[in-house]
Amino acid sequence: MLKIKNLHASIEGKDILNGINLEIKPGEVHAIMGPNGSGKSTLASVLAGREEYEVTDGEIEYLGKDLLDLSPEDRAREGVFLAFQYPVEIPGVSTTNFLKTAINQIREYRGQEPLDAVSFLTTMKEKMKLVEIDQALLSRSLNEGFSGGEKKRNEIFQMAMLEPKLSILDETDSGLDIDALRIVANGVNKLKTSETSTIVVTHYQRLLDYIVPDFVHVLYKGKIVKSGDKNLALELEEKGYDWIKEEVDTATA
Amino acid sequence: MSKDNEILEQFTSKEYEHGWNIDLEADQAPKGLSEEIIHFISAKKEEPQWLLDWRLKAYRAWTKMEEPDWANVKFPKINYQDIIYYSAPKQKVKPKSLDEIDPELLDTFKKLGISLEEQKRLTGVAVDAVLDSVSVATTFKDKLGELGIIFCSFSEAVKEHPELVKKYLGSVVPQGDNYFSALNSAVFTDGSFCYIPKGVRCPMELSTYFRINAANTGQFERTLIVAEEGSYVSYLEGCTAPQRDENQLHAAVVEIYVQKDAEVKYSTVQNWYPGDKNGKGGIYNFVTKRGICAGDNAKLSWTQVETGSSVTWKYPSCILKGDNSTGEFYSVAVTNNMQQADTGTKMIHIGKNTKSRIVSKGVSAGKSQNSYRGQVKVMKRAEGARNFSQCDSLLMGDQCGAHTFPYIDVENKSAQVEHEATTSKIGEDQIFYCTQRGIDEESAIALIVNGYCKEVLNQLPMEFAVEAQKLLALTLEGSVG
Amino acid sequence: MSEILKETSLEDKFITHFNELESRINGESKSAFHDIRKEALESFKTLGLPDKRNEEYKYTPVQRVLKKNFDFGVVGEQATLSADEIRDNYIPGLKTNTLVFINGVFSEKHSEIISKDIIIKDFNLALKENKEDIETYLAKYADYKEDAFVALNTALAENGSFIKLENNKVIEEPIALYFINDAKSKEVHSQPRNLFIAGKSSQASFIEVFKTTGEQASFTNVVTEVVVNENAHIDYFKIQNNENTSYHVGTTHVWQDRSSYFAGYTFTLSGALVRNNLNIIIDGEGCESHMFGLYLLNGSTHVDNHTAVDHRKPNSFSNELYKGILEDQSHGVFNGKVYVRQIAQKTNAFQSNKNILLSNEAIINTKPQLEIWADDVKCSHGCTTGQLDEEALFYLQSRGVGKERARVLLLYAYAAEILENIKLDPLKDYLEGLVSERLHKNF
Repeated sequence: MLKIKNLHASIEGKDILNGINLEIKPGEVHAIMGPNGSGKSTLASVLAGREEYEVTDGEIEYLGKDLLDLSPEDRAREGVFLAFQYPVEIPGVSTTNFLKTAINQIREYRGQEPLDAVSFLTTMKEKMKLVEIDQALLSRSLNEGFSGGEKKRNEIFQMAMLEPKLSILDETDSGLDIDALRIVANGVNKLKTSETSTIVVTHYQRLLDYIVPDFVHVLYKGKIVKSGDKNLALELEEKGYDWIKEEVDTATA
Repeated sequence: MSKDNEILEQFTSKEYEHGWNIDLEADQAPKGLSEEIIHFISAKKEEPQWLLDWRLKAYRAWTKMEEPDWANVKFPKINYQDIIYYSAPKQKVKPKSLDEIDPELLDTFKKLGISLEEQKRLTGVAVDAVLDSVSVATTFKDKLGELGIIFCSFSEAVKEHPELVKKYLGSVVPQGDNYFSALNSAVFTDGSFCYIPKGVRCPMELSTYFRINAANTGQFERTLIVAEEGSYVSYLEGCTAPQRDENQLHAAVVEIYVQKDAEVKYSTVQNWYPGDKNGKGGIYNFVTKRGICAGDNAKLSWTQVETGSSVTWKYPSCILKGDNSTGEFYSVAVTNNMQQADTGTKMIHIGKNTKSRIVSKGVSAGKSQNSYRGQVKVMKRAEGARNFSQCDSLLMGDQCGAHTFPYIDVENKSAQVEHEATTSKIGEDQIFYCTQRGIDEESAIALIVNGYCKEVLNQLPMEFAVEAQKLLALTLEGSVG
Repeated sequence: MSEILKETSLEDKFITHFNELESRINGESKSAFHDIRKEALESFKTLGLPDKRNEEYKYTPVQRVLKKNFDFGVVGEQATLSADEIRDNYIPGLKTNTLVFINGVFSEKHSEIISKDIIIKDFNLALKENKEDIETYLAKYADYKEDAFVALNTALAENGSFIKLENNKVIEEPIALYFINDAKSKEVHSQPRNLFIAGKSSQASFIEVFKTTGEQASFTNVVTEVVVNENAHIDYFKIQNNENTSYHVGTTHVWQDRSSYFAGYTFTLSGALVRNNLNIIIDGEGCESHMFGLYLLNGSTHVDNHTAVDHRKPNSFSNELYKGILEDQSHGVFNGKVYVRQIAQKTNAFQSNKNILLSNEAIINTKPQLEIWADDVKCSHGCTTGQLDEEALFYLQSRGVGKERARVLLLYAYAAEILENIKLDPLKDYLEGLVSERLHKNF
């Protein structure tokens, strides 16, 4: 599904990613952890095509295509979905209207007819149950005045509607209370198939109790410095990152 | 009297779609302003003595006044002697129907997107078109006439309905009200007049289009709307001007008189030439718009979408004199490049239980400056008055400015005055969020700006709202990223 | 001459209290915290009790009322309230970890801890046993150099609570602190101090109830510091339902680390004079903060709510809604500040204060303030002051609802906008009951 080779990226001349190598196969869940400022969110942004980040070296192959060649909207249309760490508010535009615009532009790209109102609403009703989201919320302006939990649930709802092949969850669990965390994680789990892959960027091991990863990678100074299974996350929770930092810093010293 | 046949450089411009001008043979006054010019204008229009006297009184008041400087706008001093105060497209005979109007002139309106014939046939909107100060065509006159509705050019009204004009002219905006209204009162050349008799609900939208065509001219039109007891009218106004390097002055006055139980909705889509990217040229739009809810339960609603002009100075206001009367102001003001806008409203609560609502949405891009200036005044005997004001500013980029100047003046304790203000920024983040969901950038900007302005655009009649939406996207093209 | 001596004696009395405290705590007088106490006392001496020349106390000149109503002698015997009298104050149907303080002093026999693996203890004990946390967190947020009451409390703090949740600890049962003043026989004054530390990804609700019984004057000067670490989720409630002889000054200071959530609810139903300060520092990205307040005032009650939110990091959200209903000669003050530092881009901050005045003598002074140095933010503030909607009243009457009943209905609906945010059902029911009872009785 996704092959990242020797990826380097910088923002405003500052190097953030220093040679990421990562391969993700269909059906896999990869968790990316690491201390603050290690480049986790940058990786997510680069995959989605945020323009502030400059890719200085390396390549990303996605379903046989060169991902870096594609504009952000074309990446989305090819099935890359980013659940934002800080979902943006767009006043006056309802989630429903927003999604209708998005879905129809994606369908146009794929050479499909626009979705008629009835099928759109039917799909919407079905997916709403998945994240226990309320109709009233979807008629309101996109993310405006939503609580933190509502915003994150709305992200997963959009993910359900757009049916991506590769989903990147950027700290979707941050700021959630325990109930909202369960709802969000359940939604993600129900959407998982053997054809789709998920990258979970998180600070907190407890999310991984609900979304169980196949692999856990630790990012530090823009590189993956350790990979393992879910036990690695437990170890990190218990011991923190200092031991890994030390390992890396002594090795490079 | 000189004929100025000066042909300006031919051009086309992507930046300002309506920036063409047409070589119409114009009938003009010499440059400058004096009592003689006023005599000239009045004679040209074959006006009665009382109107000439009225104009002269305004002129004398104007000469004693000073140009206001409190608005948050900067522009070079205007030389009022360098302006042509009268310019009419030359026509041999006054037209009786559309067929007799100069085809080139009609073509002008077609370019504006208003084919008069089409308007007449398809949309059922009655149109009065004003080109360089003179009203050139009024459609649907007969049909409206059957209901007793008068909708004609101001000049015609002076001739046909002198008693009405005399009664209401200056009743809401007196000659000496302010610098620009005094100037207008002295030199106005034409405009629209609209009278809705008692109990009549005007069955269609009435519409006026204004265009400044000739060079060096100022446009000083005057609109007077009178809604008698229990009547209703929805009135639309659109404006464009050709692209020229020098600034042109537009100082209009709109007066609206709303009687007991009557309702007037006045909508404007203003798209005067805004000047180029560096601030060269463009219209100075100094407009006085005011209405009075004279009787109980009267309602007056202003809706404006302002995208043009290099400098805008405009405060559509409501005097809420009748008990239970209502005033509304919905505004979208968009400024880009070097444009400056200082706009807002005044709500003067005089009657008991009067209500007002203000929704102002400013969008600033480029290096433009956009100010909201609004006054809510509750007079001593305005028991139970209520006001709700919301003014939002949206910034695009980091070189523009948004300013809010609310003035709240309450003399009655029972008043409820609410004011809300927000400032936000449309940024790469919002656009990236949209593109990440598969929406292209152009659609994203349109989606965001229209969403932000939705509350105001919803107030516009359907066909106007569509036009306004397109205009917004056009004005802001290329202002992000 | 004697007049001047009398004027200065109020501050001096507190200094006497401090000296008495110092002589009692021999063993602890060398501790790091004791140095802070001494510093705090010095700053109290410099600041003095605020009068109306102090901008922050312009409408609430506390000094004058305290002088008039209190003797401030050395604290006397602990009161003798029966277990039933104490239990009467509990929130019905709500299973809580319960801490009871009588006249400011922790009462172990009335207290009960039901959640497992949490640290809840008397403040006094924590000073001895939890030195590391005390040194890290205590008096680090509530600024004793700026506010005289915080200074006074810091100098005299010996009673109160210490509560700590470890990382990832989620507790279902709220922690309820009941501060009960027994002013039946003589005046009461107390200076409780609470420190609440919520570990990473922990979650809890925390309730402070202030209640006075008896006719004599009572004065409480409480300071609560809440440390909300990364990703933690805290709901905080302050409920004031006092006699009209009770005077209250309270400061709650909250510090939030990244991705954390804090919601503060302040309910004031009565009291002679109440001053609440709620200060929140948002010191991490992705935080969410809510401040809800409801005050129902009658008689000559004076309530002053001061709030401040300091956005120090980007991408956070704060929302404030305070609503008041004022009758008789009651006096309400609202002062809300929102600071958005230059670095705190993409902040969303909302603030609103709404008031209904039901009499001509009631006064409200409201001052919402936004101070923004960042340019990419979305902030709004607003305030309203008005009467009951006469049209809505008439509408209800025209549907056959009696005028009085209609008024209560509308006032209740107005208050419900605050109440409906409460997620703990028994607590919500309890507060709905209190509000509804008040509206029936007084309005």
